Amino acid sequence: MKQKDKASPPGWATRFLHWYCRPRLLEDLEGDLNEYFDRNVARKGVKQARLIYVLDVIKFIRPYTIRKIEFINFFINWIMIRSYVKTSGRSLMRNKLFSSINIVGLAISMSVGLLLIAFVLDLRSYDRFNKNGDRIFRITNIATFKGERGSGKYASTSIKTGKLIREKVTGVEEVAIIRNDFLQDAKVGDNVVPIKGLWAEPSIFRIFTFPMLEGNPETALKAPYSVVLTETAAKKLFGDEPALGKAVRFDTLDYQVTGIMKDVPFFSHIKFEAVVSFATAEQSGKSDRQFEAWTNMFANSVYILLPENADIDASKASVQSQLDAIAREENLAQDDARIQLALLPLYNIVVGESLQSGSMSGDTGPHMPPVVLWILGGLAFVVILSACFNYTNLSIARGLRRFKEVGLRKAIGAGRSQVRVQFLAEAVMISLAALFLSFFIFLVMRPQLINLAPEMQRTVKLELTVSMVLAFIVFSIVVGVIAGIMPAIFFAKTSAINALKNVSGPAYSSAKVFKQVTFRRALAVIQYTVTLIFITTTAVGYVQYKNILAFDLGFSTENILNIDMQDNKPDALLKELSEMPEVTALSKSLIITAVGNAWGGFIKYKDSRDSALVMTNNVDENYLPLHGYKLIAGGNFVNRPTTAGAARELIVNQQFLKRFNISASDPEKAIGEEITFSNFKVSGQKMKIVGVMQDFHYGKVDNLIGPVAFMPWIPGDRTVINAKIQSTDMQATMDKIESTWKKIDRVHPLEAEFYDESIANAYSEFSTMIKIIGFLSFLAISIASMGLFGMVVFTTETRLKEIGIRKVMGATSASLIYLLSRSFLLLLSISALIALPVTYILFENYVLANFPYHTPVQIAELFIGLLAVLLIAFMMIGSQTLKAARSNPVEVLKSE
Amino acid sequence: MKGANLGEFEELVLLTIASLASDAYSVAICDELEKHTGRAAKLGVVHSVLNRLEEKGLAKSRLGEATSARGGKRKRFYEVSHTGKVALTRSKEVRDNIWRNIPGFNLEGSI
Repeated sequence: MKQKDKASPPGWATRFLHWYCRPRLLEDLEGDLNEYFDRNVARKGVKQARLIYVLDVIKFIRPYTIRKIEFINFFINWIMIRSYVKTSGRSLMRNKLFSSINIVGLAISMSVGLLLIAFVLDLRSYDRFNKNGDRIFRITNIATFKGERGSGKYASTSIKTGKLIREKVTGVEEVAIIRNDFLQDAKVGDNVVPIKGLWAEPSIFRIFTFPMLEGNPETALKAPYSVVLTETAAKKLFGDEPALGKAVRFDTLDYQVTGIMKDVPFFSHIKFEAVVSFATAEQSGKSDRQFEAWTNMFANSVYILLPENADIDASKASVQSQLDAIAREENLAQDDARIQLALLPLYNIVVGESLQSGSMSGDTGPHMPPVVLWILGGLAFVVILSACFNYTNLSIARGLRRFKEVGLRKAIGAGRSQVRVQFLAEAVMISLAALFLSFFIFLVMRPQLINLAPEMQRTVKLELTVSMVLAFIVFSIVVGVIAGIMPAIFFAKTSAINALKNVSGPAYSSAKVFKQVTFRRALAVIQYTVTLIFITTTAVGYVQYKNILAFDLGFSTENILNIDMQDNKPDALLKELSEMPEVTALSKSLIITAVGNAWGGFIKYKDSRDSALVMTNNVDENYLPLHGYKLIAGGNFVNRPTTAGAARELIVNQQFLKRFNISASDPEKAIGEEITFSNFKVSGQKMKIVGVMQDFHYGKVDNLIGPVAFMPWIPGDRTVINAKIQSTDMQATMDKIESTWKKIDRVHPLEAEFYDESIANAYSEFSTMIKIIGFLSFLAISIASMGLFGMVVFTTETRLKEIGIRKVMGATSASLIYLLSRSFLLLLSISALIALPVTYILFENYVLANFPYHTPVQIAELFIGLLAVLLIAFMMIGSQTLKAARSNPVEVLKSE
Repeated sequence: MKGANLGEFEELVLLTIASLASDAYSVAICDELEKHTGRAAKLGVVHSVLNRLEEKGLAKSRLGEATSARGGKRKRFYEVSHTGKVALTRSKEVRDNIWRNIPGFNLEGSI
């Protein structure tokens, strides 16, 4: 054995030699190499000899040894295409059922692929309109705060960063500081329009490609209180009149329109209707000490442009090291924060790492982490593969009848490669036909996908482009090749003699065909396993999602309408609402909890060094009873303070007591305890605990319950009105509320939402995910069922005579059905045995591990999917086998 | 056409083929060359020269019988063709003529 090992050169090198070498030269060349190899083994050892062998094989690649490209083969294939098309067409027409299963299955699965391709292409086209796109970078912050809260990677940075880069960093062509979240009502005469925009330095127009229609881009943003409007915004404000040079009133100040620019392209990660000069923000920020602080990094973006003709990598590295130096110096002055600066290329903003944003509106623009794309791509791939399996399976099964054709082709001189090309061409033809069909499915599915979630509408258009169509065609050819490769290899291998000799069915009980059968079975098992995983995932996910929505948050959300006051004083609306008979109770709060909003401050108890972040909400005295919070000690708020500094009362939850060690066992004793509270408004405010509530969910259900405190609502706070509605005609009530709202604010539309809806929206990403997986599982199940159906039809057809004979011998229909469906049921059970535990483990260990308060996965949810799949499979198998079992044996056996 | 001319190494290889008579195949030619010239003859070089000689019609080749050695691969045996013999003789004649023309042949002195 060892001797034999010793004497063998590396196989891959030999295969490589076979591949490239001219057949005429091959034999003695290989012989020579072998002889040298043996010699070298004796002299230098096996390892050395092998190395020399490989080197020699590579050295022998010379013009005279390389195989000539056999044009003749190409030529033959080209001539033969007509013949291939003809025979493929004939065989398609002869087996209409199988062909339609193949085409429809491929079309359905490919439509998913088309959607995904369109989606990815759209995401990749973001920001490409910028002429200097590859030189633009965003400065991001990696912040570490004491106490961990809020630490992470931010897409934003501080204004100071921008200024320091301009002062100190060399090798940067342009720097632009942008302050986000400009959202104000613009007034022109009587016309009031809310405008969304940003504050920016003039360099924004030198970095990004935002063409100016009127005005000078160099000077437009220089002076304070100047604003550049987009075309659309100008039209909204001024109609068809020229806007340049006119005044627009924001709040109490007049701004001059210094420029009109083209609308921001849809595929831009920054979107705005107006740009206000950064000098304006600096004017109003003068009084704020924090405005230019190093740690005030939540509302600003800084973009830089690297010089043209520079080596991007080198200048990036040089800028990065200078940024590190800046950060090091600035961090010295900070006690409780460490901030690192990093460069993010423009094209990696939309498809790239998820970054936090301190933006109040939570709107960092469209973003898609690559991992989501990979997951979606993986799921689509699995569905497409399933359809390819169908094709492979059915072609091979059916192809047993095409052996004669292949045999004949080979007998009159077709080589392996020609047979291979023939079957690949057939598969590609079918996949192109499927592409045609799937394109229509794509057109139908496109609006569904876009309307799946509001983010989707904002992110993609999925409009057809030339590159998209090309990608579709390439994709369908690839699918065709994947589907056809196995049949092609299989048929190319058959020898002409065998094919022509054994043309009838039973002769295929040879070992080779047995291997075939196991291969086909393996494909079917994989297909059904995947389908089952899909469908059980959908079922389990749906049940879990429903559980989340119906989750007992610790307070009631039923029939509560939350109306966002949008900076209006709440009193007038409260008065109007209280006069409506449908409104049974009213309260005010600062934010809506349990949907992901958060508000907070730092609280200290007796130990002045122990400060903890506590989530808060400012509510009035009606809030607790209206939402049914359970007080376990103390009472409601008594005073109605009018300024933040006057608020003295505090209602806390049990976790709060536990955190600060305030007699958690006896909440009564906590009443009257004093704490100090600080947030961005007040500092070191002494407050007294007046009540203790039972724990409830302040954050989303994937967060653990932490310490929470309610404080009195103060006039001037942002207000959400919570109205408990009791109405039989909800629509009429809503109309009534809307008309009331119009009286108070005629500019902004009413923003009101039922609490339950808000909660559903807060978990909309789950419902989107479930919809997508549900849709995919629907596709997977249809494709797998079609495949199964094809296989059953094929088996019963080939066994018709056997069934006839069995019937003549006295077999009953029931026993025949059992006989025919036995093997399929076996395959299904194997799939179930794999799929169910996999899904269970997936959910229990990975998905649900993120939800501390989840309900365990129930057996019923696991089996409902299996049941559905089994039912469909039974129908498929049953209908066909029944048909076969009922057939009249006389008819079947008569004809030979 | 350069085809008729013999390069120096080509001439050596062709001579070796002639000297090895019925046992002239690539590896043997390499060994023989090495023995005579003292320089290592690379298989790849020899191979390409053999190929060229055959293309020029100076040598002929045939495949031998398969043996268990060389991984069961047959050897390609070369022999000098008629044109090859003519070319070798011509080249020798040319040299001899020139040698003869050197007056007072005493290379020894210069060494």
